[in-house]
Amino acid sequence: MTTTARDQILADIRANQPAPMPLPGAFVYPMTYPDLAAQFAAVLQSVGGVAVPVADFAAIGTYLSQHFATATGVATTLPQLAHLTDVDLAQITDPHDLAGLHLAILGGQLGVAENAAIWVDERHLPPALRVLPMIAQYLALVISRADLVADMHQAYGCLDVAATGFGTFIAGPSKTADIEQSLVIGAHGARGLTVFLLP
Amino acid sequence: MTSQTHAEAADVFNRDEARVDWHDETLWMVRTKRDRAAQAVPAWEALREAASQIKNYVLSHMHELLLEFEANATRNGITIHWATDAAEHNAIVHKILTNNQVRQLVKSKSMLTEECHLNTYLAERGVEVIDSDLGERIVQLRGEAPSHIVLPAIHLKRADVGDTFHEHLGTEAGATDPQYLTEAARQHLRQTFLTCRAALTGVNFALAETGGFVVCTNEGNADMGVHLADVHIASMGFEKIIPRAEHLGVFLRLLARSATGQPITTYSSHFHRPRPGQQLHLILVDNGRSRQLGRPDFRNSLKCIRCAACLNTCPVYRRSGGHSYHSAISGPIGSILAPNLDMRQNADLPFASTLCGSCSNVCPVKIDIHEQLYKWRQVLMQEGHGPPAKTLAMQTMAGVLASPRLYRLAGKVGRGVLRFTPVVLQNGLNPWYLQREMPAPPPQSFREWYLNPPTP
Repeated sequence: MTTTARDQILADIRANQPAPMPLPGAFVYPMTYPDLAAQFAAVLQSVGGVAVPVADFAAIGTYLSQHFATATGVATTLPQLAHLTDVDLAQITDPHDLAGLHLAILGGQLGVAENAAIWVDERHLPPALRVLPMIAQYLALVISRADLVADMHQAYGCLDVAATGFGTFIAGPSKTADIEQSLVIGAHGARGLTVFLLP
Repeated sequence: MTSQTHAEAADVFNRDEARVDWHDETLWMVRTKRDRAAQAVPAWEALREAASQIKNYVLSHMHELLLEFEANATRNGITIHWATDAAEHNAIVHKILTNNQVRQLVKSKSMLTEECHLNTYLAERGVEVIDSDLGERIVQLRGEAPSHIVLPAIHLKRADVGDTFHEHLGTEAGATDPQYLTEAARQHLRQTFLTCRAALTGVNFALAETGGFVVCTNEGNADMGVHLADVHIASMGFEKIIPRAEHLGVFLRLLARSATGQPITTYSSHFHRPRPGQQLHLILVDNGRSRQLGRPDFRNSLKCIRCAACLNTCPVYRRSGGHSYHSAISGPIGSILAPNLDMRQNADLPFASTLCGSCSNVCPVKIDIHEQLYKWRQVLMQEGHGPPAKTLAMQTMAGVLASPRLYRLAGKVGRGVLRFTPVVLQNGLNPWYLQREMPAPPPQSFREWYLNPPTP
């Protein structure tokens, strides 16, 4: 009988791994900020995004019509903003059909003040269209101020990462500094990120 | 030993002094960004300690964690493969592609596939691999390897990139604007993302408890590749496993801050199940890792989360360039990993260090890198992999130091030689004198002075 690679590797590991060492008792080191929204907005700006406090969904519409006035190729998963869009995601099953998308507007579960990351998973995205926040030329995310947490420990405390098949933290627009360390916004994903903060 | 040792390759790199200065200063700038980011987190040192301890747990429970991961990932619909070495890994990738009749693979950053030389292997079998990280695409078009694990094209200037893109992507001749060049790569790679049916990614962390894994990028290239492909292959060194999602709170706070000084990467994507209709394969690779796990002095190297902070801070890396290390992973961490892969080939690398200890001080998981460099030197000399000249010199010195009579004689001769015929020592054959001058030799030894003290 031949040994499979799996059995070989597991046997080698078992033979070689050191005596058990415990997990650390403490590994949560919270950050505290006097104003989570202000901290979130400042970090978001430093990573190339912009935070826009809004009173309601109508204000989001007003802002978008001012900043994306002539845009076509707009899609959203938020029913409150459906009237701003001309692409119906319910009709799209092949993610390649999103190639021409200009602006995607999505919700998120929570935002993290220490790094401006927003958690988006398949409750905010159609499962077949995971590429939506990356393939759109511009991305807008909508969260509520009440959904801001201070740090990543708190974020993982709130999240069930396996609740859906895919979830991601998005912090700012896509970027690269691979040419002489010069920062360029808009590598392969969105060229810009606007985060709307509802009350 | 490879055709060129680290010292020989570094010599070539150092011929262009202005470029070396630029390389040195640019990486130091990245190091200072890391410092600012770390200092903005009050509990930074406690976080490093926690990360190191979580990794202690991982190393000592590897067997159980991998079994837990395998069961949960399989339940999630992820196909798990095991590869004992690079050849098995490459064959598994090729088989998956063949089964799906795919001849093109878009790949985001994976140092493991560099370690396994996957690109060459697939190219020889008629599969085109397109690296999608901008830096990796640049070096791939130039027929080079990445020179840095986070900044693959850090050895190049914008004019080099302009020339490469002019030749391969048809950009304007002489163009050097990073914005323009990045836009050209964006357009070129978007076509790739939209047409490739298979995508390969690395794995930053895998979660035993939930059977998922995390891939971090700034560019969004990993996500663009896999979310548009029918087949997603993830290649992972088995040491990337961590127990639970809550531990990501520690590692994601440390990773990007240590790497580039960012508070987090733009995308930290968590994969638990394939997209509807998609295949999701994950290859667990050993390739010497289980052997390293069994070396008490060196197993901590398996804690590495590939942030490259040790490269950016290393005075030798910054002034010799990543290619001098002739190994997929360069710099201090590469120099303690590479001898495990091939002692003879990589015997020079643990010597490419001043042992200043800066690498250990910035490491987010507190690997004792400089101590391991020192220990590898001892192992390599003992196993007979030392450079012949150094081995002979050490043996001669051991003989001299063991005999008081020889020692006294050697001291006399040495002082005489330095005083009257310094050329015997200070010549081009002795590398110590390439950038140094010796102080004037004392007229007598301490012993001579002690036996005949000057009368007051």
